[in-house]
Amino acid sequence: MINKIVQSVAEALAGVKDGSTVLIGGFGSVGQADVLIEGLIEQGAKDLTAVLNNAGVGRVGVARLMELGRVRRIVCSFPRSSDPVVFETLYREGKIELEIVPQGTLAERIRAAGAGIPAFYTATAAGTLLEQGKEAREFDGKRYVMERALKGDVALIEAWEADRWGNLTYRGSGANFNPVMAMAADLTIAQVQHIRELGELHPHMIMTPGVYVNRVVQVDRGGDWVKPEQR
Amino acid sequence: MPFTRDQMAARLAADVPEGWCVNLGIGIPTLVANHVQGREVIFQSENGVIGMGPAPQKGQEDPWLINAGKQLITLARGASFVGHADSFAMIRGGHIDLCVLGAFEVAENGDLANWATSENDTAPAVGGAMDLAAGAKRLWVVMEHTTKDGRPKLVERCGYPLTGLRCVRRVYTNLAVIDVLPEKGFVLVDLAPGVTLDEVRAKSGAVIHTN
Repeated sequence: MINKIVQSVAEALAGVKDGSTVLIGGFGSVGQADVLIEGLIEQGAKDLTAVLNNAGVGRVGVARLMELGRVRRIVCSFPRSSDPVVFETLYREGKIELEIVPQGTLAERIRAAGAGIPAFYTATAAGTLLEQGKEAREFDGKRYVMERALKGDVALIEAWEADRWGNLTYRGSGANFNPVMAMAADLTIAQVQHIRELGELHPHMIMTPGVYVNRVVQVDRGGDWVKPEQR
Repeated sequence: MPFTRDQMAARLAADVPEGWCVNLGIGIPTLVANHVQGREVIFQSENGVIGMGPAPQKGQEDPWLINAGKQLITLARGASFVGHADSFAMIRGGHIDLCVLGAFEVAENGDLANWATSENDTAPAVGGAMDLAAGAKRLWVVMEHTTKDGRPKLVERCGYPLTGLRCVRRVYTNLAVIDVLPEKGFVLVDLAPGVTLDEVRAKSGAVIHTN
């Protein structure tokens, strides 16, 4: 019997190694696996590369992980947020490396990793500062930049529902980076609000097939609970 | 009287035809959505919402529904969701009829600078701007005509790091609407009420042509 459901957050995060590249879904706080991030803080892995769209808000979640000195390098499109105090301090003091990636290139580099494509060409960033150090090439008279696939050792996913196969559904705009990141890591861990019986999720509603998912942990907060920063 | 921010957005919205799929940037561009009443325009948000509706009424907010600026939104009838890879495939694959962005500078050759300045030590934040500049079918900029301290934002060549090359087709400012034509540069379309061409020229860092 396939059963990817684990009973605790600690079990979900077991084995995450120092030096890992961690893909963290979410756009702002919507769709960001806050409980798994707290779990990673507890778990203790350090020297991490965090790949995510935004560099954390306030002093919780990803910002807390950074403040604790556990993130060596961040790969993101938009390090600013409503309250980026931790990141900006670390960045100014030279205590964190930053790789800025255009948002679509970030998504596509992750998709490429999940799809077995080592590199691709895109018009995004051609002729700009973000082309520097990359191979550029003309196709049909237009300039393109070569971008490399971006693979994770671990992906932290927030979904709405899961079954024991690890099939996932998302809610509202909460999918964002989660489906593509789920494809692109050796160990994909999903935090979900609801566990459904196998067969209960409509096949058309499953946005991430369980083949991409290794572990599922339920964070049952009852009905329509939403995290405070998302309210 | 120069246009207010809302009037700039309304002036731009008047030029958006029914049926377009439009991506709006953060700031003044977001206001454009309030001014297309009576036309079916599909607003795409980069975080995977195709078909945004108006801002929610108080008490009707859904914390799972946000736009690129992380503001709460509603869905229009006919809306759909995709993940980030598909949302940016839509943007980069040329399926967005119009993208509206703010800018630090627009050059007369259509170059856009809107993501980084060299004036502060905070980290640059590109977001989806380069994808939109490279991938949307057309890019219009809406911005104040000058900086807060009066420097022109319409320039011969951008001084700030570029977001995209030769990508801006039209600029809406508080003073005027100006086309950016490949061979000609800036060409006046029309002026805000009571604003003169001389004033626009005096506040621009490049030649403003008239037809």
